This record gives sequence, structure tokens and C-alpha cells, in this order.
Amino acid sequence: MAEILVLAEHSGETVKKVTCELLTIARGFGEPAAVWVGPGAEAGRERLAEFGAVKVYVADGDDLDDYVVAPKAEVLAALMAAKSPAAVLVAATPEGKEIAGRLAVKTGSGVITDAVGLAPGADGPVAEQSIFGGAIIVQSRVTTGTPIVAVRPNSAPAEPAPAAAELEQFAVEVSDAAKTAHITERVVQERGERPELTEAAIVVSGGRGVGGAENFALIEKLADSVGAAVGASRAATDAGWYPHQFQVGQTGKTVSPQLYLAVGISGAIQHRAGMQTSKTIMVINKDPEAPIFELADFGVVGDLFTVAPQLTEEIEKRAGS
Amino acid sequence: MNIVVCVKQVPDTWAERTLRPDDSRLDRASVDGVINELDEYAIEEGLRLAEAHGGEVTILSMGPDKASESIRKALSMGAAKAVHLIDDGLAGSDALATSLAIAQVLGRTGFDLVILGSESTDARMGVLAAMLAERLGVPQLSLASQVDVDGTAISIRRQADYGYDTVEATLPAVVSVVEKINEPRYPSFKGIMAAKKKPVETLSLADAGIDPGQVGLGSAATEVVSFAKRPPRQAGTIVKDEGDGGVKAAEFLAAQKFI
Repeated sequence: MAEILVLAEHSGETVKKVTCELLTIARGFGEPAAVWVGPGAEAGRERLAEFGAVKVYVADGDDLDDYVVAPKAEVLAALMAAKSPAAVLVAATPEGKEIAGRLAVKTGSGVITDAVGLAPGADGPVAEQSIFGGAIIVQSRVTTGTPIVAVRPNSAPAEPAPAAAELEQFAVEVSDAAKTAHITERVVQERGERPELTEAAIVVSGGRGVGGAENFALIEKLADSVGAAVGASRAATDAGWYPHQFQVGQTGKTVSPQLYLAVGISGAIQHRAGMQTSKTIMVINKDPEAPIFELADFGVVGDLFTVAPQLTEEIEKRAGS
Repeated sequence: MNIVVCVKQVPDTWAERTLRPDDSRLDRASVDGVINELDEYAIEEGLRLAEAHGGEVTILSMGPDKASESIRKALSMGAAKAVHLIDDGLAGSDALATSLAIAQVLGRTGFDLVILGSESTDARMGVLAAMLAERLGVPQLSLASQVDVDGTAISIRRQADYGYDTVEATLPAVVSVVEKINEPRYPSFKGIMAAKKKPVETLSLADAGIDPGQVGLGSAATEVVSFAKRPPRQAGTIVKDEGDGGVKAAEFLAAQKFI
């Protein structure tokens, strides 16, 4: 069976959830081989094995991580030349998409980004995308070269299927051309223990109705009660109530969690474009006419300042009992 | 400093956007076009850098006739001149072809800095800056929330999930900007009047030396197999809070096994 390369996303030795999802998807039409760039592969191997990686190609250079995306694209291009995989999958994070883009140019292959599903087809894998703010569903495929597909986190549940995850060192001499954008510092801003926004199974977002930065504590408490990530609408980030990197919407992050809880968000198209593919949507808003209710699987028309704390309390009560 | 800002005309997000049944391409005729919102931040950043360090901003846009509206808007904000790559042979170009064509034009105009919005609001791929950097062989300084230039040294804050990376490079370079970076100016009346007289060079594929076989729908490396309107979501349960809205919400979450 043909090999499917899956670029492993990891922070240090910890494999991210999206990589387990991608391995699960890859099993549907080939033999998944993870690609590990940087140190930590030995420790990360176990989780890759659990989710079906038959092999793990390890490109472990000291400086691979010190430059913006170009070295990772070179590693993948070299692997594509050496292993002739049937497809290459990356996570559709901003960085993953950039890697996919550079790889497509290097190899002359077609690239599809933001797939929310990927299925085998007679002429290669068929990707499903949700476009124009979720209004249209498109099935597309790569017709030239090796399909390069960036798949959104939470597109498929990660299902274990143990495999060998045999480590294979793959030495790549990264060119000087790939070392021109030098990362000199990584600044970690406070996020606490919350999951990453695009990876989280549950996202709780606050909008204009939250009314101020100090009130976001309410959103955070609700999020923490269900182990969720916190998001914000553009109105909230533009007003400076919550940091910009947490913005969900057309000019911010796109999320498709199992559960999206929109609190005090009216649901302008700008916002819907970033969350419409969420599996289940819950809404708390005092305006019954708010367009976000059109998307709601469950909605409460009411004051978020009483409904949200009551919900938090109820969740904690149930967790405690 | 020779700054080139790439600008794309996109359908208005507020309009209903559809694909044409015959060729699965965006139906651009049926909706109003606007300048891609994120490109306004790129223009603003270009203007600020030119004001601080000298030089001028050139707008580069690829697209049909209507794209000239977005080019005029960019000029009215303060850019000095524009290049409009316009050719029927470009219609249906995918990201690979678009990056090839734009890189080719950038080779003609020359540049110290190319600035783009981090993505377009229609295709939303977010790959063009990376592809251009790859093709041009210059540093990729993408997803910038801050840009600092000092002589030929450039440094950006690259937005990341955990915060940001500081990235350093030497000009020339390709930069893409996120919305957080600045507050784009509104064109002044004077700017709007002046824009009418600013030079816009139009280039065909032949003028730009682009091989027609490498762009357009025929060269696309991907194809749409099928598309459909998303079926409307099933109407959900909406309750009015009568003092127990939070409890009811918790009951729903429990029934769905979220808690």
C-alpha cells in the first residue's frame, strides 16, 4: 500500500491531537508514515504508533526549528523525492498551510487547504472544503503531481490502531536559502492551561455582549468548567477586551470543534465564517433576533450575566457529584 | 525603499457568494467587488514604512477589469502608482499559477519589500506569501503583527498560537500582515482626487513574459469534483431564560454527553 506522509505537529516531545486525526484519516487510503522534524522523536514515537504510523521519518537537525517554515518544506520535498508517497498531509494551521504552499511550489504539485474531510477516490483522495463562510461544500482533488492537503483540526476523530512506528533517520542538509528568516525569540503569552483554540474539542467565545475586558473572566470560567479554549469575536478583540490571537472569524482563526458556545455574539457573517463547521453550536444571547440563533442546536435567549454563571455552576455541580 | 503591496479584489463578504455551475468558479459577476480587507492593512503598513524610511508604494494587482476599483482605492490611500496584471488567460488560475504570475511581475518591478494581507477573504488559503518567498528566493516574514525596518535589516513579530516569534532577516523580503498590525487610513478627498491621475500600468501575459500554458484554469493543479449548498442546519431548540436558562443549557450539554 502506498505511503501517506503526515507531518507531525508537536510541541517538544508532545504530539498534537491533530496529528493523531491526520494519521487516522491517512489510514483510510494508504499506509501512514509520520514525518518528525526536530528533536524528541523517540519520546513522541509511542503516540504516533498508537494512531497507526507505520514509520516515522526523523529529520533532527539543531537548526531546523530556528527558521520560518522553509526548512520543513525542504525536508518534505526531499522525502517526497525519496519515498514517492501517494499524498502528503499537514495540519491546516497557518504554519501548516505555508509549508504546504512552499512544498507545492517546490514539487509542482497541487495543494488543497482547509480540508474538513478526505476520502479515497478513483483518481486520488477527494477533499471536502467548506467555503464562503460555510455556505457551500466543495469536493475537490489534486490533478497534478502528488496531492498535498492541509486538513483542519477536528475534521475526524482520532482513532487508535496500533502500528510499528519504526524510526528511520532521514538526514537532510537544509540549504542556506531556507535559512533567511531567522527566529530569534519565541514569546509565550499567557494562556494558562487551556487547550489551543484551533485544536480544542470545545470552544467558548465571547462577543460584544460581554461588554468589557474584565467581564471575560465570566467566559474563561465557563470555558474552564468544560476544559474548553476561549475565543472572541472581532468586536471583542477590536475593542481590546481579549487578545487578538483568540479572534474567531474571517480575519481570525477558523475553528471546527465538537461544541462551540457563542456567548453575547450576534453572529455576523464575519464571525460565522470562522465557526460554522462546528459540530454542535450553543448560543447565549439576549437578542432573540440575533442571526447566530439560526445556527444554534440549542439557544438560550437571556442575559449572559445570569445565564453563563448559572451554566458554569451547574456544570461544576454535575462534575462534582 | 521600493515597496510593492499586492492587492486582490474579492466579492463582498456580506453578499451571497456562489460558484458557477458550468466551471465551478466563483461567480464574480453577480456580486459587488471590494478590496480584500486584509490588504488594506498591507497598504497601510507599506505607506507607514515609506513615510518613515523614504521610498514609495507600488500597488500590484492581478484580476479582471473590475480590479481597477480596488487599485484606485489603494492609490487614494496614498500609494504612488500601480501595476495591473490583466489577461483573460489568467482566469481560473490556482494558487500555484497566481504565485508564478505575481513573482514574474515582481521580477520586473523590482522590490525591497513585498507586502500582502495574510489571506484573501474569498479563497482563504493563506499560502501566497509563502509561495512568493519560495519562488523569489527571499525571506518569508509572514503573519506579521509588527514590522520594524532599520537600513536593510528587517524584524517582525510573527503571530503564533502561543504568542509570537521574533523573526529577523535582511531585505529584500516578503511580508504578510495580520489585522492586528495597524489601523488602515481612510482615503481623504484630496487622496481620491489625486488617485485619478496616478499612473496605472496594465500588463498582459505577453507584456509580463508569462507563459500562458502555466496559468489559467487549464493549468490548474487541482479541480473541483462537485459542490453543493450546505443543507440548512436543523432548527435547534431555543428557550427563553426564565431564571433557569443556565440549568437548561447544562441539561442539553449532559444529554449530548459534553458534560
